[in-house]
Amino acid sequence: MTPLKIRIRINGEGMRVENGATVAALLALLDINAVGIAIELNREIVPKSQYLKTALKDNDILEVVRMAGGG
Amino acid sequence: MEDRLKIGKYEFSSRLMVGTGKYPTNEIMKASLEASGAEVVTVAIRRVELKKGGMLDYVDAKKYTILPNTAGCYTADDAIRTARLAREALSTELIKLEVIGDEKTLFPDTQGLLEAAGVLVKEGFTVLPYTNDDPITAKRLEDAGCVAVMPLAAPIGSGLGIRNPHNIRIIIEAAKVPVIVDAGVGTASDAAIAMELGCDGILMNTGIALAKDPVKMALAMNLAVKAGRLAYNSGRMPKKMFASASSPAWGLIE
Repeated sequence: MTPLKIRIRINGEGMRVENGATVAALLALLDINAVGIAIELNREIVPKSQYLKTALKDNDILEVVRMAGGG
Repeated sequence: MEDRLKIGKYEFSSRLMVGTGKYPTNEIMKASLEASGAEVVTVAIRRVELKKGGMLDYVDAKKYTILPNTAGCYTADDAIRTARLAREALSTELIKLEVIGDEKTLFPDTQGLLEAAGVLVKEGFTVLPYTNDDPITAKRLEDAGCVAVMPLAAPIGSGLGIRNPHNIRIIIEAAKVPVIVDAGVGTASDAAIAMELGCDGILMNTGIALAKDPVKMALAMNLAVKAGRLAYNSGRMPKKMFASASSPAWGLIE
């Protein structure tokens, strides 16, 4: 039987999401605007065009970044 | 005749590039960027704080050329990852490449820097490496395909000014790409000295951001970079050991 929830890590924090949730759904859930961000899924960059098509799996590790002040 | 700065396929009127870190407020940062006259603005790449807005609204990407950095990366691998993320996030192939070797000095790890520069150039990045004031490393970075070299004047955030003008001068003599002094400029005279040495530009952050009045200091830096460049282009008079009167020696009263 497929579990209803899976465990992922995003920016170092563990969380549980629906099994099969997409990257786009995760961003919506966390209220993250996709403009100006980049996402690494298990160390591979997910192009913006793939957010709706990329489903998350158990133990996936994501890094979501954007620009910040710096020199 | 306009004296423009050419870096790779980019061209700028301003020779001052400024960072966006450590300002007291985003509003002061915005006004400082304006006063600096800079066209290139550096930013860091960091994790999105889950549930918090960014500074995107304060840096107008239409007005400025955004130069993301790999600050905080201690290995070539992390710097390469960060550069790729920056390219995806900001739709730019420009990268200010930093591979830091030591937390206390923030001096570059030149071995890691060269390694990362080689990989990123092959991937089509326009690489501007933050390096130390070593002419050999600067040459190797240029040979690796970097579009500029950015030697430090002094440690990042130290405000100590140009610690080794002779090495900077040697780097300039040898380089066929622009030399941008990056880090260590504390006040306007430091900037002017760097430009008088023949640097093509200066990148700074803390010197402006930590001034008591960052907006005023941004204007001072703007003017100092211009003054230093003009002086360099003018060709300074030779230095002499003794006095040489400016007023005529004739026609004196008796």
